[in-house]
Amino acid sequence: MSSILQVKQLHKQFDQLKAVNGVSFEVDEGMCLGLLGPNGAGKTTTVEMLEAIKTPDKGTIQYRGAPLNEAFRNKAGIMFQSTALQDFITVRESLELFQRLYPEVSELGQLIEDCALGDFLDQETASLSGGQRQRVLLAIALVNDPDIIFLDEPTTGLDPQARHNFWRLIHKIKQKKKTIVLTTHYMDEAYELCDKIIIMDHGEIIAEGSPRDLLSKHFNDVVIKLQKSDDLESKLMSLEDGQITMSITRHESWIEMQTSDVNQTVKQLMEAEISLSTMQIRERTLDDLFLELTGKELRA
Amino acid sequence: MRWQRFLSVLKARDREFVRDRSALAWNIIFPLLIIIGFAYAFTGDSLDQYKVGVIHQSEENQISFYSTQYIHFIDIDEAEATPAINKVKRHQLDMLLNVDQKRYWVNDSSPSGYMLEKVLAGSGGESYQKQQVQGEQVRYVDWLIPGVLGMNMMFSALFGVGYVVVRYRKNGVLKRLKATPLSALEFLSAQVVSRLWLIMAITSAVFVGCNLLIGFTMVGSYLNLFLVYALGAFSMISMGLIVAARVKSEEMAGGLLNMMSWPMMFLSGVWFSLEGLHPWVQKLALIFPLTHITEAARVIMLDGAGLVSILPNLAALLVMSIIFLLLGVLLFRWE
Repeated sequence: MSSILQVKQLHKQFDQLKAVNGVSFEVDEGMCLGLLGPNGAGKTTTVEMLEAIKTPDKGTIQYRGAPLNEAFRNKAGIMFQSTALQDFITVRESLELFQRLYPEVSELGQLIEDCALGDFLDQETASLSGGQRQRVLLAIALVNDPDIIFLDEPTTGLDPQARHNFWRLIHKIKQKKKTIVLTTHYMDEAYELCDKIIIMDHGEIIAEGSPRDLLSKHFNDVVIKLQKSDDLESKLMSLEDGQITMSITRHESWIEMQTSDVNQTVKQLMEAEISLSTMQIRERTLDDLFLELTGKELRA
Repeated sequence: MRWQRFLSVLKARDREFVRDRSALAWNIIFPLLIIIGFAYAFTGDSLDQYKVGVIHQSEENQISFYSTQYIHFIDIDEAEATPAINKVKRHQLDMLLNVDQKRYWVNDSSPSGYMLEKVLAGSGGESYQKQQVQGEQVRYVDWLIPGVLGMNMMFSALFGVGYVVVRYRKNGVLKRLKATPLSALEFLSAQVVSRLWLIMAITSAVFVGCNLLIGFTMVGSYLNLFLVYALGAFSMISMGLIVAARVKSEEMAGGLLNMMSWPMMFLSGVWFSLEGLHPWVQKLALIFPLTHITEAARVIMLDGAGLVSILPNLAALLVMSIIFLLLGVLLFRWE
């Protein structure tokens, strides 16, 4: 697969803050790349440099082997984290406005159908719901029939139905072999949509790979969850005194046991006469990976 | 410059303005209310005051007439003699004296002029030769309208561009447009042209509305007046672009725009003549586009002045427009 975007040694500093510090990666054509990281990790600054909105202090970004130029602007679709559209303008008029700014454009009818805008096409953009608004902004990002689409936290603030609806739209875009660069706080979203993820922290890349590869590289265990009860803690403590095949993490109302040998762990729990009525077993997720790599302490 | 991009942004901006009914209505109603209010407020004789223009006034040729109470003596440069005579014709000056030539001008239909003539004759001015002029009195509202139309244009131009572009910057509209192939020149040109034609349309509507409601003096060429207002609006829109160039908060933009508009509103001769003010204030007023708009529009409407007479005002507006526009475009940042 050929690479559509090459990023080498990107640096960006704001006063004393190194927002992005030597980031390099490539984006293959037709891939959905997820950029993950806690607040202030540098992912939005990185994406805005890729979008040619911000200029890097150092480093290079190449689109199809050339610096970001007019050809890139013509073929890049962008959906920012927060964008307002002009007041008193309808959805249709907004789409037409953006369509006229590009030399090559998508067919408007198809775009309206793909993004399911038909029901509120003649409504002013200011009166749209959160989900409708994000679909309009996605349609605007697609108005120039882009080769590469940047989606910066597109589902933040949406309810679960709207989020799943939005994912369906992104899957449709993926089917058309478009390249997508997605930033998100939602690990399930990254897992659902991305072929490759990059986890950033403190302006640097700390992990890179496909979601499955990253999970298998970092974890070889599963998680057993039990709801806390009066005698569970004392029974677990007696279990911990002996030889056990798990590590235990205590939460507010749950206890999680990470183990690579489920059968052996369940056997040990039963021997300790621990009730398994609330037991859940789950595989490791990107949430676990994210917390393991970036820590659990609250960021400002 | 791609015309399709320019026209699409222009169209969107026009739609936004025209559909904002409250702003549109206010742009038309505000100047009408001011003009009608002032027309009624200054109707009547209560504000009569004797005003005498004096050319070549000096210590040596003082006569007791100059020490008469309740007469406001205004020094007039000899080069300004003709406009001063016009003011006598319009009852804006009750008398004009040329001390060296020992001549005075009064309007034969002015009671104040008649009274002053008697006072002059009885207080050392017996040898002064009378020059009689004729002309209808210009009401305060006639004098006011050219400036109020300019003032309304000023608010619409400054806030309609300066404030709106800052709002676009704050809420992310500019950032989104920056991500497209649209250039800053195309975007700014569309803002300027949209606001210019809307201002001219609104000013025309207010002009016609005022004329129908209260009637006013319009002696000169409509084409010349259109030229003055169009160039004036352009210069003030360009001035608004300077605020629009970098400011990120609407509060800051509001403060800067008020800082620009308030001195212009009071020192550009919209409400009162600048003649009685300190000379440096009169000089300061010349840096304001509104001063040149008001002066030029007033002489066209009241005196029927031609293009040659208003050429200095047009030149000043053109130079200001170019400077403001260059500054606005060079300083402009999308974010």
